[in-house]
Amino acid sequence: MGVLLFELALTCYFAAALIGITELFKDSKTTAKIALLSAITGFAIHTISITYRYITAGHIPITNPHEATSFFAWCIVLIFFILQYRYKISLLSSFIMPIVFLLMLVSSTLSREIKPLSPSLQSYWLGIHTVFAFLGNAAFALAFGIGMMYLVQERYVKTKNLGSLFGRLPSLQTLDEINYRLISFGFPMLTLAIITGAIWAETAWGNYWNWDPRETWSLITWFIYAIVLHARLVAGWRGKRAALLSMIGFLTIIIAFFGVKLLKKGLHVFL
Amino acid sequence: MKVFVVGLNHKIADLDVREKLAFQGDKLEKGLTQFRELSGIEEAMIVSTCNRVELYANIQDTRQATESVKSFLAEFHNINRDSLDKSLYIYDDIQAVKHIFRVAASLDSMVLGEPQILGQLKDAFELALARKTTGILLNKLMKKAISVAKRVRTETKIAENAVSISFAAVELAKKIFTDLTKRVFMLLGAGEMAELAAKHLISNGVKEVLVSNRTYDRACDLAMEFNGRAVKFDEFIQEMAGTDIMICSTGAPHYILTKAQMQKVMKERKQRQVFIIDISVPRNIDPAINDLENVYLYNVDDLQGVVDSNMFERQKEAEKAEGIIAEELETFLKWQASLDSVPTIIALREKAEEIRKEEIDKLFSKIQDLGQKEKEAIEYMATAIMNKLIHPPTAALKGDTENKEMLVAAIRRLYGINGEKHEE
Repeated sequence: MGVLLFELALTCYFAAALIGITELFKDSKTTAKIALLSAITGFAIHTISITYRYITAGHIPITNPHEATSFFAWCIVLIFFILQYRYKISLLSSFIMPIVFLLMLVSSTLSREIKPLSPSLQSYWLGIHTVFAFLGNAAFALAFGIGMMYLVQERYVKTKNLGSLFGRLPSLQTLDEINYRLISFGFPMLTLAIITGAIWAETAWGNYWNWDPRETWSLITWFIYAIVLHARLVAGWRGKRAALLSMIGFLTIIIAFFGVKLLKKGLHVFL
Repeated sequence: MKVFVVGLNHKIADLDVREKLAFQGDKLEKGLTQFRELSGIEEAMIVSTCNRVELYANIQDTRQATESVKSFLAEFHNINRDSLDKSLYIYDDIQAVKHIFRVAASLDSMVLGEPQILGQLKDAFELALARKTTGILLNKLMKKAISVAKRVRTETKIAENAVSISFAAVELAKKIFTDLTKRVFMLLGAGEMAELAAKHLISNGVKEVLVSNRTYDRACDLAMEFNGRAVKFDEFIQEMAGTDIMICSTGAPHYILTKAQMQKVMKERKQRQVFIIDISVPRNIDPAINDLENVYLYNVDDLQGVVDSNMFERQKEAEKAEGIIAEELETFLKWQASLDSVPTIIALREKAEEIRKEEIDKLFSKIQDLGQKEKEAIEYMATAIMNKLIHPPTAALKGDTENKEMLVAAIRRLYGINGEKHEE
């Protein structure tokens, strides 16, 4: 049952990603609608799937790589819908749904076994810490997509060669502003995730900071986004620079998330 | 019964010819009434715009109609009849319908995809309706033409991108800034093209208008006109820190804004996006400032390049539009053919036969124990009722009536015989 739900959600996201990509080449309102509809269906099934796992496992289902990646994808889709509702950005699904699908695909290859919680994870900090972390990461994922859209549109306007997406992509200022808002939301989330993580680490292992790879990379990510926000306010780093930096920031998140796991070292091994 | 078009447009006739043949003001109503009264013309409508004059009609015989329309035009406009032969196009039947669809969809316009022609066509149709000069054929045709035009508008991108320099500038501004009504606009210098572009921008709503000119008085005049604020020429660079969009068109023989100056401006405005349009020839703004981040500088050639590629896009979309027209042409022709009485008589009989068979089958399957004799009697009775019911309409259709098409349409509607799906 749980497996079926997960596969169904994966399929819907795959459809949404595929249709989203075709939308880049073929302008059609129906295609856009179908892409959004597939994403909505996928999200609904995905939500049920996570809830189902919560009930079966008896604890918040963000305790192994499979669950964490799946929850990460879920958060991205959630924020994607909020943005879509608020700004009605055409083509957003073409840039976001492929990321969601890839995350879900990775998640599907990871072990789905439900194991009893290790004592160090049996804490209410688990929910608080992970939700902050993934909401922040999801906002950064969206900023990555929006940043890509910005770079495409900015290239069109700068080179005076208005490509086929020009008419459908939002204005530069809109994209820049959304990027800023996403990072302004993601940054405090990431900060809180690091703080709650530190407190939790102290209660679990007696040390606030252990310099395990996940912690180190998170700190690097934190600095990158801190620079994005700071440089924007002080030196007016907006537009292309902000877009590029936010894309780099997201890449470090991916490294922190998957790269570290491949090394299988450090205290965050369970994730 | 067939559609007939006589007309001329910008492609085949010069302005002075078009002027001579135009139905302007009260000439239109007068012309329409006279046109309708010509022999061989059963329905009539006239479209007269600055780019085209077209007469639409429902006729029987093309040759006869052509002659009478030509004589009418020559007489009405008081011009030599022979001169008309060269400057008119004449279409009948399928070609005529296709032509009208293409005109409505703006495929025959001077600026491909321009939207005015549909409105002009609607006006012409409304006048014809008010004067009752059209009937079943042209009414249907015009309604169809309007719906075809709308379909082309929504299903293709023929009317989407700007095809004039000033509109292209507005379009670009909208893709740089979220909300033009929160942006400050500066007009530097003056000139026809610059002022036109400024007007388009301002009509889209901007927060504030600044006007600067070498002669301060001229700046004040323009500022009055645009409801803006005049800025002294040697102060315009200071004002640029707060300006988001600038159109520049001064007669200066050299650059009045250099890269170094712009760099300073950008620092002051915290790198917020700025859109500069340099319409001046020779250029007034150092092209190198386009290399600065968040500065977007377009000159006349750049804008013309955008317009050209948009025009090219429209031509590509026009091909799609032709496909839609071919499709709609077919449905229209089907409808027109359905006005012929013979297929209607057949369809009516088929419809009745179908009902009879259905009811008989229903009855027989309900009452199982009917004998062969009873069955035959019931069948006989049902057929008799059916025949008696469809006899009068069939006879009417076969007979010689004046408004045959009307009768056919009425019978098809009353008996629910579909020649074509109903729209809207």
